[in-house]
Amino acid sequence: MKILVCISKSPDTTSKIAFTDGNTKFDENGVQYIVNPYDEWYALVRALEIKEAQGGNVTIITVGNAADEAVIRKALAIGADDAVRIDADPTDAYFTAFQIAEYAKNNQFDLVLTGKETINYNGSQVGGMIAEAMDIPFISLATKLDINGSTLKLEQEILGGIQVVEVNAPAVVSCAKGMAEQRIPNMRGIMAARTKPLQVVAPVACDVMTAYTSYSLPEAKKACRMIDPNNMDELVNLLHTEAKVI
Amino acid sequence: MKTLVYIHSDNGISKASLEAVTYAKKIGSEVIAVSGGSSSDLAKLGEYGASKVLVDRAVVNGDAQQITRMVAAAAESTGAEIIVFSHEITAKAVAPRLSVRLKAGLISGAIALPDLSNGFSCKVNVFSGKAFGNVTVKTDKKIISLLPNSLQPEVTGAACAVEEFNSNAGSAAIKVVETKKPEGNIPLPEAELVVSAGRGLKGPENWGIVEDLANALGAATACSRPVADIGWRPHHEHVGQTGVAIRPNLYIAAGISGAIQHLAGVNGSKVIVVINTDSEAPFFKAADYGVVGDVFEILPKLTEAVKKFHAAN
Repeated sequence: MKILVCISKSPDTTSKIAFTDGNTKFDENGVQYIVNPYDEWYALVRALEIKEAQGGNVTIITVGNAADEAVIRKALAIGADDAVRIDADPTDAYFTAFQIAEYAKNNQFDLVLTGKETINYNGSQVGGMIAEAMDIPFISLATKLDINGSTLKLEQEILGGIQVVEVNAPAVVSCAKGMAEQRIPNMRGIMAARTKPLQVVAPVACDVMTAYTSYSLPEAKKACRMIDPNNMDELVNLLHTEAKVI
Repeated sequence: MKTLVYIHSDNGISKASLEAVTYAKKIGSEVIAVSGGSSSDLAKLGEYGASKVLVDRAVVNGDAQQITRMVAAAAESTGAEIIVFSHEITAKAVAPRLSVRLKAGLISGAIALPDLSNGFSCKVNVFSGKAFGNVTVKTDKKIISLLPNSLQPEVTGAACAVEEFNSNAGSAAIKVVETKKPEGNIPLPEAELVVSAGRGLKGPENWGIVEDLANALGAATACSRPVADIGWRPHHEHVGQTGVAIRPNLYIAAGISGAIQHLAGVNGSKVIVVINTDSEAPFFKAADYGVVGDVFEILPKLTEAVKKFHAAN
């Protein structure tokens, strides 16, 4: 099976979130970038498991600039065969999805995997957009993926439960927790990643549909009000009269 | 300005769907709802502001491609300029597809009404709830996916007409083999009150005191990641970065230290109560009310206090 795994960079989970240029840009000062955890732990690792079980090829793709190659090398170290970088700023989800869909259409993949969302923009948009641009099915929030010939059998989250579905390849799948377990790259993988093929592709022209124009931070939380553990009536009373939530 | 709202009605009409209709009513002069499925409850959307509901009974169950074709046909036939979704699971698959199909910019996870003062922009959650962003849409048609619990549904009118709508949405490529749903629980993303517990509970056999408090409040139950990973509680109860992100009115966390990944899933809660034996637990920094003490003593006391409150009010 020929699998394309879409990865995005995201700031390390513990990064301080701040903005510059009059709150119009994310402050990258001191920020450590990682492979977006959903893309790495679930999409990439499941792709590698499928390849190990039945052969095939795993290509990773990202839309980004030269500085993002560190993140690409990390994904290669975990075990992907080769990588593609679309040489452009991923300005919005549609731009990103359009670039990936163009590449995928021209290179005949059986399966395109994404993480369920990035931890910086949380939009859950790119997977569905790729699928529409390619006119193929999209299975969102998949927690399990098995392959039998060209049939994909998946479990996906639905409101308050799980749904088991079947669909024929090619398809786009967004991957959530349960799909696979995180893998730590070993020294051999890290060494091998240095020489694996990384193709840089020019972007194609694409409309701009949306833009982030400004950012803000939540107001600082008031200090926590401590309640006497022997006076739960007071807590209930405060939740009713002050917080007005019960 | 006509606004179209997609309603996922497979399990009846959720509160989040009513919020989406109320939201659409606040933006547009006329609100039209569109739904697939077999629900007989759709007329009540009129009470929240819909002037009519279009329903295509041939569109059932989870094929996002088919639902997208139906919503696109409804957008076309009504001439709607804005399409609103509730940011739940089906919409997360349909809204991005529709965005590409209609060449309409998508705002996902909106938490406020659009600001029309300078173009068309809307406030969304970014960085897993640690910041907000303003997204501007540059296309003529716009799609907004509204985070649940961002506003309250408002009754403004009476039941409306439900019209059968043949959208020619084609067949579903995705075949649903089986649906597994636990009975009787309040789905977590919908719950206004949530009682959650972590490793501080010491074992699954101790969850009775968590459920007692949840029952007394009429709340849903949730848990931290380690608790779901070791199998004390089912995975769908796991809230946090990798689990479900929720934003209830009240989140009570018992025996959860409050790691940054856990906070990412609950920091949209309006009020947070933290109960922990360790007064240094990081969760207290994110809490509105804190109680330092043994969860095995505090939870039953709190349950009694809630019962007393409900008996008196």
